Amino acid sequence: MPLHVEIVSPERVLYSGEGDMVVARAESGDIAFLPGHAPYIGALGVAAVRVLLPQDGEQAAAVHGGFVNVSNDRVIVLSDVAELPEQIDVERAQAAEAGAREALKADEADAGAKAALARAQVRLQVAGAAGTGGTAHH
Amino acid sequence: MASGQERILRRRIRSINSTKKITRAMELIAASRIVRAQARVHAAAPYADQITQVVRDLAAAGGTASSSPFLVPRPEIRSVAHVVIAADRGLCGGYNSSVIRAAEGSMREHKALGRDYQLHVVGRKVESYFRYRSYRIDSAHTGFSDQPSYEDARAVAAAAEAAFLAEEVDLVQLVYTRFVSAGSQEVVVRPLIPLDQETFVHAERPEGVAPDYEFEPSPAAILEQLLPRYAEARVYAALLNAAASEHAARQRAMKSATDNAEDLIINLTRVMNRARQDAITTEIMEVVGGAEALRQGDSLHTSSEPPQHAA
Repeated sequence: MPLHVEIVSPERVLYSGEGDMVVARAESGDIAFLPGHAPYIGALGVAAVRVLLPQDGEQAAAVHGGFVNVSNDRVIVLSDVAELPEQIDVERAQAAEAGAREALKADEADAGAKAALARAQVRLQVAGAAGTGGTAHH
Repeated sequence: MASGQERILRRRIRSINSTKKITRAMELIAASRIVRAQARVHAAAPYADQITQVVRDLAAAGGTASSSPFLVPRPEIRSVAHVVIAADRGLCGGYNSSVIRAAEGSMREHKALGRDYQLHVVGRKVESYFRYRSYRIDSAHTGFSDQPSYEDARAVAAAAEAAFLAEEVDLVQLVYTRFVSAGSQEVVVRPLIPLDQETFVHAERPEGVAPDYEFEPSPAAILEQLLPRYAEARVYAALLNAAASEHAARQRAMKSATDNAEDLIINLTRVMNRARQDAITTEIMEVVGGAEALRQGDSLHTSSEPPQHAA
């Protein structure tokens, strides 16, 4: 039986459906959930959450912090900032990435720029995954 | 020719008519926005439900969880913050004033207990009300009352949270209008921080017993990150409810304004028609009177003529 997966942001439910596996980034590293996973509650880092769909393909989402709650084969991803590939503005993310790199060149310890760089990279990674998945996005 | 009175009435009717057009337009706009605002309230519900569920599971699993400052009611309450949420604009009937009345009432109660206050206001109307009455306003958030975003909720929650964590206040109350349906809204005063423990501790899990959870990192650490998010989600829900209520109140107010304008137009038209009728009657009387006078003058004339002819 596949997992029931929901990716929820405060504004709306981004994705609700079935998945064979969910991969997310927990504090200690990547973690994957398969059907039958033990109940789990964890904090998420800034990373892509990938849902492997039962019929080939995958649904990715850029998740900037948040929580995951797994129980009874239900995986609920909660995040106050989460985006699907089609919602990501690639040009803006690229500009943000370049801007953050510039800021880091000037000051390597700039925490704000580091976080901005991480966010931009996750966005680009997720948007890129959509491009290879057949839904070209340029 | 229109008499003076008729002209004045005609001008008033025209002006009421254009007012009616404006209120009708505002009514229709508000009506269409209620639907959208309501959809936003519904769309936000899953996140709020899920985050409540996570907090519950955490609280059930980790007994130590309740040590978070967000969960422990302070033994002595010396100061209370009110987050008052209403509209940026007026023309929405009693919407703003009923929220303000509830907030002032609650503040008065706390003041009677010798507690200090803090005010965090959302909406220009609320801000100007309290400023005019020289209350201290600790933070004002304006410009988004009819379409709040999560970012706005975060800013409002952050202001209240900072005051609470800095121990400037020991209780944060949320005052807003809950949207029950398009026909009914109610003003509510609810505690925001510390969070109501009842909601978490005694609530039963829908699927039965709470399962044995794995946590990463520790339950306490997750809770520490989670509770501020939970407070934000509460504020966000309140903002969305308030926005939907604002549109509903405006729609009602504008509908009754349009109806009143219609009644006024009907009455004034009646008065105007009577005035015109009167004027016409008077004119006819004048014409008839004039003609009569002329004829009488004529007959006098003709009666005095023959002797002249005869002469």
